Amino acid sequence: MTLADYPYKDIIHRCFRCGYCKFPTNWTDVNNCPAYARFRMESYSCGGRLWLIRAWLNNEIEWTDHLAEIVYSCVACKNCAEKCPLRFSDDIVDMIVAARGEMIESGSVPSAVKEFLENIQQQGNPYGNARTKRGEWAEGTGIKPYDGQEFLYYVGCVGSYDTRAKETSKALGEVLLKAGVSFGVLGNEENCDGNEVSKLGERGLFQLLAEENIQQFKDLGVKRIVTLSPHSYNAIKNDYPMFGGGFEVYHYTQLLRDLIKGGSLDVSRGLNARVTYHDPCFLGRWNGEYDVPREVLTAIPGIELVEMERNREGALCCGGGGGNFYTDFLGGSENSPARIRIREAYDTGASIVAVACPNCMTMLEDAVKAEDFEGRLEIRDISEIVGEACMVRGTE
Amino acid sequence: MESIYKSLVEIVGEEHVSTRPEELYVYSYDLGTTEPQRPDYAVAPKTTGEVQQIVKLANREKIPVVPLGGGLSLAGLAVPLRGGIALDLKRMDRIIEVNERARYVVVECGVSQGQLVSYLERHHPNLYHSEPGAPPQATIAGNIAIHGQGDLAQVYGFNSDMVNGLEVVLPTGEVCKIGSCSISPHWFTLHPLPDLGLFLGWSGTTGIITRLSLRLYPSKKIRDVEQFAVEDEELVPEVVHRITHTEMAEDIVAFSQAIPPFANELHTINIFMTADSEKELEFKKGLIWDDTLGDYIEKGDGGFVNLSPEMKFELARRPQISKTSDWKKGGGFEYVGAIMPVETYPECYRRGVEISTRHDIPYTVLGRIIGRSHAMMFSWTYAFNRADPESIRHARKALHESDDLALELGGTIWKPGVYGQKIVMEKIDPNTLQLMKKVKQLLDPNGIMNPGNWEVS
Repeated sequence: MTLADYPYKDIIHRCFRCGYCKFPTNWTDVNNCPAYARFRMESYSCGGRLWLIRAWLNNEIEWTDHLAEIVYSCVACKNCAEKCPLRFSDDIVDMIVAARGEMIESGSVPSAVKEFLENIQQQGNPYGNARTKRGEWAEGTGIKPYDGQEFLYYVGCVGSYDTRAKETSKALGEVLLKAGVSFGVLGNEENCDGNEVSKLGERGLFQLLAEENIQQFKDLGVKRIVTLSPHSYNAIKNDYPMFGGGFEVYHYTQLLRDLIKGGSLDVSRGLNARVTYHDPCFLGRWNGEYDVPREVLTAIPGIELVEMERNREGALCCGGGGGNFYTDFLGGSENSPARIRIREAYDTGASIVAVACPNCMTMLEDAVKAEDFEGRLEIRDISEIVGEACMVRGTE
Repeated sequence: MESIYKSLVEIVGEEHVSTRPEELYVYSYDLGTTEPQRPDYAVAPKTTGEVQQIVKLANREKIPVVPLGGGLSLAGLAVPLRGGIALDLKRMDRIIEVNERARYVVVECGVSQGQLVSYLERHHPNLYHSEPGAPPQATIAGNIAIHGQGDLAQVYGFNSDMVNGLEVVLPTGEVCKIGSCSISPHWFTLHPLPDLGLFLGWSGTTGIITRLSLRLYPSKKIRDVEQFAVEDEELVPEVVHRITHTEMAEDIVAFSQAIPPFANELHTINIFMTADSEKELEFKKGLIWDDTLGDYIEKGDGGFVNLSPEMKFELARRPQISKTSDWKKGGGFEYVGAIMPVETYPECYRRGVEISTRHDIPYTVLGRIIGRSHAMMFSWTYAFNRADPESIRHARKALHESDDLALELGGTIWKPGVYGQKIVMEKIDPNTLQLMKKVKQLLDPNGIMNPGNWEVS
């Protein structure tokens, strides 16, 4: 591809590199772009990345491994789109994704990205684990396979395979059972939702996954879907309709909020703890859902909800988006965004960081260990907190 | 080069040095019209000690060092004209001390305007600093290194007049403190030691400011803005003079621009006022509007401009949100800023319109009042399309014509680029020029600091 063929050729030069994209909503720091926070070189800022993409497409610079790493270090957290005051702000992430698409077309992507995509193509998950193990997390829970129930509980790859995230998948399932929700899961028949595949620029594979999933959902008569992961929620809600997949989609916190409000979940046992909430990018900035998770937490007696300095639209990403929970271009440093974030959480005086995303869960758990906060700061999914408050979990 | 790279890695760590084409490409560009020049190394230190070691290495090896803050001068002042080390200082971003009683803040050189605005709002809401209206990643140190000004300029002068002390790494590697901090733990004044004004306004050619103390001022509970507009540009200096006489305004900015059309050929004066109560604000407004501008309104020479709450919010927000770069949907703009007598406003405006028309760029001119009408920072702004070389060429030409105009009208150019520096040095008093040369040679015998800028032949 040359610049002339690039779908954003009439826009990409409009980035001035003013740097608004590096800041959170309240301007507290210049490091709210996760990749820039990690490396603090202009090349890793959103503006630097856009200028490099344009230079590459314009043959001013050659493709290199390092260029590919810079392009793939964006975690698609959308902080740039939130802060850029110019009219093309909504296209910024797409400009980066389109450049990744070109790298994929020419077969020149970092090896971790190649591996991620190959694993999904072969096994339906980025880890390369067997498809036959996807549903193991639900063993012994009493959760039923989907068979025409009201909701399909779509778990996603991280919740199906990651050891810690599997506990949250289970916790949510148990809470839904307790609330008497009619739901079922796909187990080993579940496939990757493709959200990260799309953000990594592999449009062809994403389309294949979306179409297969949509067909499967339709064949099973699925109408309503509740997702564990905001990443799945984003793909099914916003991208699947383009391929004929129109489903009623909920992130699980939205369902829990309604269940608590409607009296189906009794959280009166409460939880005495100071809690801070980390906004997941694919629930917050991508889908504008900031209030509901907080409503769930504040509905639980005993919880004192405290905010981190950067929150809601201005929250710092954990660094796990855009496949980075696996490719890990931002890891290995005290300036890794998850570690910066966990220090910010620690500064609130909270003992629990509530998350609503299995990717955030794994990223922040690792950060707690790296920062040596174990025993002082705990990462817990909202489903686990609700589970304890309604005596599903933690009551032994 | 390999040994220098290794030495730099030893100083700041591998992740903070690059000789790779991607970093060198990004650091070769200014955001304005200046032609790019590649550095040989991009380096991002974290401490004064690291800066010191880098400078010692550079001085020994005679490698140029080009300090960079937010990179927003637009005049090409951080383009490595002779290659060498592009020194990105933004990792040095600690706010070290806020002294509430003596009203000053001590910051490292990479602290951004946005960061300081936010920090003071959250932790010291009774204090604020003079915010320059640049994008928020502009740094405090970068701003004073170019004699910047901000939204308290009408009351307290240039931001570089608000400096209480400096820590500087000299081109030969020594770390120097200037002001009370050189003999005391307190950074409360630049005086009364001998005048060592060797670093402010020198655009990083005499040393690297690594830490500084900046004066803070009372932050009032209410900040309001109102607009007064006149059609006759000749009235602007008189109107401004009368408003400044009231001493009731905090910031005064006169501007005129081609777009939107209703504002074309109109001269609008933003009058920012602050107060701790509605009563105080009404008193100030009364003095400005009833006692001062009322005459003009009565005669039909000027009028009050109605602003919606949203417009007021946009005008008064700190830091400012600038969308100037997208005027031509081209991602670029640059301006000539000049310190001018306020009485030259009409001529600055008329000649600016001529230059803009000649280069087919919608005109935008603006004058922020410095002091009680002691001067104004007047800017001629030219948007360009980064994807169109002809558009860039026109903007560059317009900028050079504006540089010439500033001097012709008796002004001085603020943060001039290489062209502006050249014409200033041609016109400046020869003895002053020789003094500049002596100072530069004394401080930087090997000419490593930001070479290509302020070079006296």
